Amino acid sequence: MADTRRPLSPHLQIYKWQVQMVSSILHRATGIALAVGTLLVVAGLLHLASGEQSFNQFKEIVGSPIGEILLIGWTWALFYHLCNGIRHLVQDTGAGYAIPQFVRSSWLSVVLSLVLTAVVWAYVLTAGGAA
Amino acid sequence: MTAKDLRNPLKVARGLGSSQSGVGHWWTQRVTAAALVVLLIWFVITVLSLLHADYATALATVAKPWNAMLLIIFLITMFWHAVLGLQVVIEDYVTTRWKEVLSLVLIKFLAVLGALASVLAVLRIALTH
Repeated sequence: MADTRRPLSPHLQIYKWQVQMVSSILHRATGIALAVGTLLVVAGLLHLASGEQSFNQFKEIVGSPIGEILLIGWTWALFYHLCNGIRHLVQDTGAGYAIPQFVRSSWLSVVLSLVLTAVVWAYVLTAGGAA
Repeated sequence: MTAKDLRNPLKVARGLGSSQSGVGHWWTQRVTAAALVVLLIWFVITVLSLLHADYATALATVAKPWNAMLLIIFLITMFWHAVLGLQVVIEDYVTTRWKEVLSLVLIKFLAVLGALASVLAVLRIALTH
């Protein structure tokens, strides 16, 4: 066994938080949240296929306060994973790895996802709420 | 490798590590991601256009041939991408082998179930309306 007293990496307690690691952690976290969110899409389609009463029931649940809060969370997760996913696809070509660019594109993913979420929900709320 | 092992070290190393299907996983994850960029934007716009839509309008929208087709492509790609992503997370964090295998099989079962259920729902709507 190796000497276990040596510091283990990544040493999160003393690690300085920086946007690059936040954007990476968030990509996984939002990915997991979206995987759970796929169930909402399935539920919506199944209710739509099962008839009017069942569809209205679904709309009621989704349009409830808790439903809307969850939807806002999922909207942000979706836009974050989308923005940061495009960032990763660009990086897969080998571009954008210089530290200043890397930091800038991390911030861009975070900020753009918040802006897009705000735009979509401004539209939803001015149109009179979800569902 | 023990001292008694007469096999060539290369023979022992071959087939280990990421030399099997790692590239396939990586590439499929990127291709589904690229497809989802387009499909997601379409999906979000379609859902937003259905705000306050009644049952008949929602049905008619899903039943349109182009929408039904794009929706089915979206659903399959979405579940496929979700499985590939969750698989990496499980492989990274679940260190007990049997729990890891169980989780990997479970997410695949769930994804196939979700994909089939939602695709059949779309087909039922598209073929009967």
